[in-house]
Amino acid sequence: MSALLIAEHNNKEVRPFTLNAITAASQIDQDLHVLLIGSKADEVAKTLANVPNVKKVIHVDNEIYENYLAENFTPVIVKHAENYSHIICSANTFGKNLMPRVAALLNTSQVSDIIKVISPDTYLRPIYAGNAFATVKSTDQKKCITIRPTSFDPAATSGGSAEIVKGEAAEAFQQIKFIKREEVKSDRPELGTARVVISGGRGMQNSDNFKLITAIADKLNAAVGASRAAVDAGYITNDHQVGQTGKVVVPDLYIAVGISGAIQHLAGMKESKIIVAINKDGEAPIFSVADYGLEADLFEALPQFLEELNKLNTIQK
Amino acid sequence: MKILVAVKRVIDYNVQVRVKEDGTGVVTDNVKMSTNPPDDNAVEEAVKIKESGKGKEIVAVTIGEDKAQETVRKALAVGADRGIHVKSEGILEPLAVSKILQKIVEKEKPDLVFMGKQAIDDDCNQTGQMLAALLNWPQATFASKINVKDKSLEVTREVDEGLETIEVNTPAIVTCDLRLNEPRYASLPNIMKAKKKPLEQINASDLGVDIKSRIEQIKVEEPPKRKAGIKVANVAELVQKLKNEAKVI
Repeated sequence: MSALLIAEHNNKEVRPFTLNAITAASQIDQDLHVLLIGSKADEVAKTLANVPNVKKVIHVDNEIYENYLAENFTPVIVKHAENYSHIICSANTFGKNLMPRVAALLNTSQVSDIIKVISPDTYLRPIYAGNAFATVKSTDQKKCITIRPTSFDPAATSGGSAEIVKGEAAEAFQQIKFIKREEVKSDRPELGTARVVISGGRGMQNSDNFKLITAIADKLNAAVGASRAAVDAGYITNDHQVGQTGKVVVPDLYIAVGISGAIQHLAGMKESKIIVAINKDGEAPIFSVADYGLEADLFEALPQFLEELNKLNTIQK
Repeated sequence: MKILVAVKRVIDYNVQVRVKEDGTGVVTDNVKMSTNPPDDNAVEEAVKIKESGKGKEIVAVTIGEDKAQETVRKALAVGADRGIHVKSEGILEPLAVSKILQKIVEKEKPDLVFMGKQAIDDDCNQTGQMLAALLNWPQATFASKINVKDKSLEVTREVDEGLETIEVNTPAIVTCDLRLNEPRYASLPNIMKAKKKPLEQINASDLGVDIKSRIEQIKVEEPPKRKAGIKVANVAELVQKLKNEAKVI
């Protein structure tokens, strides 16, 4: 049997985590098909067909799929699930919302947020905010799996030539209406895929002070993150939150500024390659995971940091 | 509107979780347990809706061993009207939990079911969506704002790209984000009063649903530890280390 991956997209482009999920899915089963549910998303279908790991793209095109609603996607997936041993998607807010609805209808116990494929039925996944790793084996015939995207490299996007076939739509669910999506537009890299992330916490004291962070982010071509405390306090919008209930990031460089390092925040960043902590409290738990700790007042350290960066001849982008 | 709120007993969020040496799970003996944090937000939201005059009755439900009742008592102490404790042993997977909740919903016929978006023990983030599927109800997941209308809710959801707003007709499932509200503390008189509120006990085995485990837990282990780092004296040293030692800038 083959594996079926559910693509996330905006009808124009594939969302990047779909490519990470493709890598994981092809480790589970090389005969990987992608289900694309959308409205006038022909360009997305072409992009997916070019991914070498993808053997077939099933394109379901209907205007009811212009906005993603789990209630509308689920019956399409269930309809196509018959021929597949695994249904897979990424464990971001798209897949977290969607997959359990599919799994329940297939009477399958879903395995969420896997970070490693051990065999086609056995996976590694973090529990307790990453304070423990569980090796779990699914005994369901049909398996529903979500993938932690940052634990897998994105698949290559050229060189493939999968066939694109039309798939059947399902009836629209009447009890829900999409109203609007407020996306925060930014010229900076996306938090989930950025090579460098600089995050601010409660120590930033107000939203205006985040300018100190964004100035450095611009210099390093970094994404801007935040602790839950900073988001709760209204210093910055929710899409920046890193942690157990926010985003998980694994950049080459993570700079935590004015973040004490609660377990829930560490869950979202402690796999980063290099971690820098800047905090005036030398006892803050963030220092226990930091490769380089600087015990300093961030309001003095950040302007100096920018100044030192300006002195460098070259900065990796 | 009648609101059913599901609450789960988990290791308290402030506890540093330790893995058992034999690899069978994490240490729970003599460890502080509490209500799963976003479940507190779910209870709070239900109570707020009732206080606004739009809610009629709030029923709090939990599933688990006897001690799980504590979470229901806590919900009763902040404003739920009565409780249900579904007795079960061992760890239930979200699919099993949602099948049990389906039975409770069929009996109680609420207009809304609220719960936290994710339990902080297994981090599955499944139960609300699964329950919605089994009931064929709409699901408003990761809710950070709820506007109750006549026969619908307008819900703002936290998604990766920012915020999304949907309208769901009742009956509906809502899974709550930590930012939905600020859960209140129970006052001592209310804790005492809650002890007198009705709490019904049901055995999970009497509900006639298949709750056996489908996922085998082979082992639980400590995550790889990070090597201890160093403290740098000043910003210049930090930048020099990042440039020449770590080679990341």
